[in-house]
Amino acid sequence: MDKNVKVYSTPTCPWCIRTKQFLKENNIKFEDIDVASDQRAAQEMVEKSGQMGVPVLEIDGDIVIGFDKEKIGKILGLG
Amino acid sequence: MLDLIIIGAGPSGITAGVYAARKKIDTLVITRDVGGQAAWSGDVENYTGYQFISGPELAAKFQEHMSGYNIPVRENESVTSLDVKGKAVSVVTDKSEYAARTVIIASGKRTKELNVPGEQEFKNRGLTYCATCDGPLFSGREVAVIGGGNSALDAVLQLIRIARRVYLININSSLNADEIMCKKAGESSLVTILNDTEVTAILGDKMVNGIKIKRQGREEVLALGGVFVEIGLIPNSEFAKGLKKNELGEIKVNPRNETNLPAVFAAGDVTDVPEKQIIIAAGEGAKAALSVFSYLARHNDTR
Repeated sequence: MDKNVKVYSTPTCPWCIRTKQFLKENNIKFEDIDVASDQRAAQEMVEKSGQMGVPVLEIDGDIVIGFDKEKIGKILGLG
Repeated sequence: MLDLIIIGAGPSGITAGVYAARKKIDTLVITRDVGGQAAWSGDVENYTGYQFISGPELAAKFQEHMSGYNIPVRENESVTSLDVKGKAVSVVTDKSEYAARTVIIASGKRTKELNVPGEQEFKNRGLTYCATCDGPLFSGREVAVIGGGNSALDAVLQLIRIARRVYLININSSLNADEIMCKKAGESSLVTILNDTEVTAILGDKMVNGIKIKRQGREEVLALGGVFVEIGLIPNSEFAKGLKKNELGEIKVNPRNETNLPAVFAAGDVTDVPEKQIIIAAGEGAKAALSVFSYLARHNDTR
């Protein structure tokens, strides 16, 4: 079954752009949460990740900070 | 064996890649990220052909251009050492080992750290090195930008659209940035410029809540909701051990982008070429690839 993937990001952050590109390349559906325009989501991201850097991914409850390609790949079971 | 390994995929490495591909040079790009510092820039208003483009957009254009040539790119990989062995250059990374007939080092620069107490602890906890990325998370807060050069002013100009107040903490007695940016910052009622001021510590509990500054011999605490460090850059040249560098750690190159080692070329911000600009880095990358092309032509007996 598809995992539930959320990406907390800002439109201007290069790692966010790469992260989303990477997910698209691997046909992973995700919810893109723009923390620049949604203060509540920004707060939620800070609480969940304990830090203020973007991007943050939430994959079925697992938190990944930054574009950690290997970790993301592992959780999603990508080859 | 590969003809060429390009280390880095900023404006310089990507342009070198495009030129190499067009010369049918068998190339591999090894890089930590794609876009380099260009991707982290705010507004770019001096790249010919674009009166205005944002850094991430320009970086995306570069990437798109490179993708058009199907150049293999090993991303998220860092080079740890490089060695000329006979007619091959061996390149060791944190993940693997490669060999090529030539190498272009276009690994660019990275942001310098402050080296004060609290910096490591509060990294990404209210202290950041990328206003472009994380700036929007500081909306409505009082923040400080540390530095006095173009990147610091760039951060200030981005943050005045977001933050409630922006302090610019500059260790020198005057700013060392483009006049047009200093003027814009000076005209904003949200900006307070503190010259001759040194940051001595980053303060906070879970997240940053202030900095300790020293001015006119006195220490004081500035309460803040965010800190942006923009105090300049250092070259990513540590892995290139046998290469001649200047006192800043920049790799010395001649006008043909040759280093002191045969078959090893360098281009862009990692080199001692004066002026660090996206367009200059790109131009240098083109030049390096053409130098590689003529080097390979001269040494084609080894194929």
